[in-house]
Amino acid sequence: MTTTDTDTTSGPATDPPAIETHQLVKVFGTNRAVDGIDLRVPAGTVYGVLGPNGAGKTTAVRMLATLLRPDGGEARVFGKDVVRDADAVRARVSLTGQYASVDEDLTGAENLLLLGRLLGHGKAAARQRAAELLEAFGLADAAGRQVKNYSGGMRRRIDIAASILNTPDLLFLDEPTTGLDPRSRNQVWDIVRAVVAQGTTVLLTTQYLDEADQLAARIAVIDHGKVIAEGTKGELKASVGSGSVHVRLREAGQRPAAERVLTSVLDATVTLDPDPVALTATVDGRASELGAAEEAARALAELARAGIAVDNFALGQPSLDEVFLALTDRRTGDGRDGAGPDGRGPDGGGPDGGDGTRVDDPTERTTAR
Amino acid sequence: MSTSTTTKASGPAEDTAFTAPRAEDLAALLVSARRPPRPSALSASLTFGWRAMLKIKHVPEQLFDVTAFPIMMVLMYTYLFGGALAGSVDRYVQFLLPGILTMSVVMITMYTGVAVNTDIQKGVFDRFRTLPIWRPAPMVGYLLGDVVRYVIASVVMLAVGMAIGYRPEGGVLGVLAGVALLLVFCFAFSWIWTMFGLLLRTEKSVMGVSMMVIFPLTFLSNVFVDPRTMPGWLQAFVNNSPVTHVASAVRRLMAGEWPAADIAWSLGWAALFVVVFGTVTMRLYNRK
Repeated sequence: MTTTDTDTTSGPATDPPAIETHQLVKVFGTNRAVDGIDLRVPAGTVYGVLGPNGAGKTTAVRMLATLLRPDGGEARVFGKDVVRDADAVRARVSLTGQYASVDEDLTGAENLLLLGRLLGHGKAAARQRAAELLEAFGLADAAGRQVKNYSGGMRRRIDIAASILNTPDLLFLDEPTTGLDPRSRNQVWDIVRAVVAQGTTVLLTTQYLDEADQLAARIAVIDHGKVIAEGTKGELKASVGSGSVHVRLREAGQRPAAERVLTSVLDATVTLDPDPVALTATVDGRASELGAAEEAARALAELARAGIAVDNFALGQPSLDEVFLALTDRRTGDGRDGAGPDGRGPDGGGPDGGDGTRVDDPTERTTAR
Repeated sequence: MSTSTTTKASGPAEDTAFTAPRAEDLAALLVSARRPPRPSALSASLTFGWRAMLKIKHVPEQLFDVTAFPIMMVLMYTYLFGGALAGSVDRYVQFLLPGILTMSVVMITMYTGVAVNTDIQKGVFDRFRTLPIWRPAPMVGYLLGDVVRYVIASVVMLAVGMAIGYRPEGGVLGVLAGVALLLVFCFAFSWIWTMFGLLLRTEKSVMGVSMMVIFPLTFLSNVFVDPRTMPGWLQAFVNNSPVTHVASAVRRLMAGEWPAADIAWSLGWAALFVVVFGTVTMRLYNRK
């Protein structure tokens, strides 16, 4: 709330961020699909927007891609307003939607040819470009078939090929792997990485945490049209405050003793795994990661001193799944205060330290920025 | 059920051969890509027109409504009314054919709305709408594609008409002039349907509304009979209907006359349709 303006005043000196939104709102009837979203996506990165179905991800992307008009707030793409300067925005972005954004009645080659012509290529150039893309995406053999006869993975690839026909500066990928088998999903991920390596910024929406984990540098978690957490993967994981220590004992009989030791040393909740020799302690991850490791080492030493034989020992970071569930639970649990502005964690530790100047409504953010 | 499965009979093609996108190839592609200047309004519209042609190529059945339907119209009305209204089929077809041509082609325009409506539901429209091109181009492209359909319908009907005894006094030039005027009018008139196509939610409702508009508009005209036998209030409507003006203009052009007033009225209506419904269409298109 205080200062999105700091970003604009620093404008002339530095390039504007790929995406910058301020209190973006979209209302459908009584449903506030997007309810005051602030985002800042630095150019040249993959930014993940993570949320369950109906959280407002697609609506937000459609506003940023000039397909929907915001009902409130503002959004700029490379410094251009998505409403007033829509054409300038369109010249720099492309969108691969949740549903194939290609014409299913046409063949793969025809689709790319059509787009090539619409993007201003001459006939010969468009034809050549189409052939190159089909080849690179492994679709040369399917070039003459109608897209409706393509498999899910092939559709995604022709769709992404269409999106990079003219290399966009910003690529929106709206749930690019929903409904794909694991192999096709990996192919899409590889393509995304290759595109990003060439300097394109990618805004990726997904409901799969591992997808965000795999691809995105920074992640915004949204739910009910609001950003409930934002940061790097590490920051998000740290913010949830749990790392876990997994211990496997040599003898099941020593488990009660081990449980007592871990509880007292780590001051943590210890859960007994279904496996009779295993147990898991949750460490307060809001302490730094180094601290968690040290504490775990101390616990291990204590176990040895108590004469408990340890077969296997592992220190795990919380998965994004845990982060996500913790964040969404917190909101549904007791209103919106959640963990509150805990202020801890690697403040401004992200790639752009300038981010630290932005202070948002603390009730909205559960993570340290 | 069996039909829906047969369309997929060829099946989602397997792509087991594709292991991973070759990152170096992809990188080279992305780097080499230069951004050409944006295409002109005309070029973009023609490209969308080409898309409509491709769709006809892939789904030729959709030409049914511009071939079988017009033939049916000509034969049905000529033989149904010919004897009663003009004494003989031969004489009636001279009067009816230009009119039924006008009526049929105007009726065929309503498929535009259905096409727009089904298309807009699909993701491809999102892509079109995020392209930095002249905004009306996709819509104009539809209508250009439809003009080709109208030409086919006109040729079919004239051929059938000639076969059953229609002899246009205006010769080739008169017929061409008549068809040209009809095409211009239909291109303009179709903007009503693009509007409904964008406005209404389902294909069925588009069809329903289209029927409500098209039937009174085409039947309440001078296509079948001279309006002088109608009651006064109906004459007032019929004489001022755009379809009447176009039908009269086409009829007299094909008869070798130069109906300046009717041509002017037809073009005036056409301009009005484009201005009003074209504007509304683009507003809806931008807001969708």
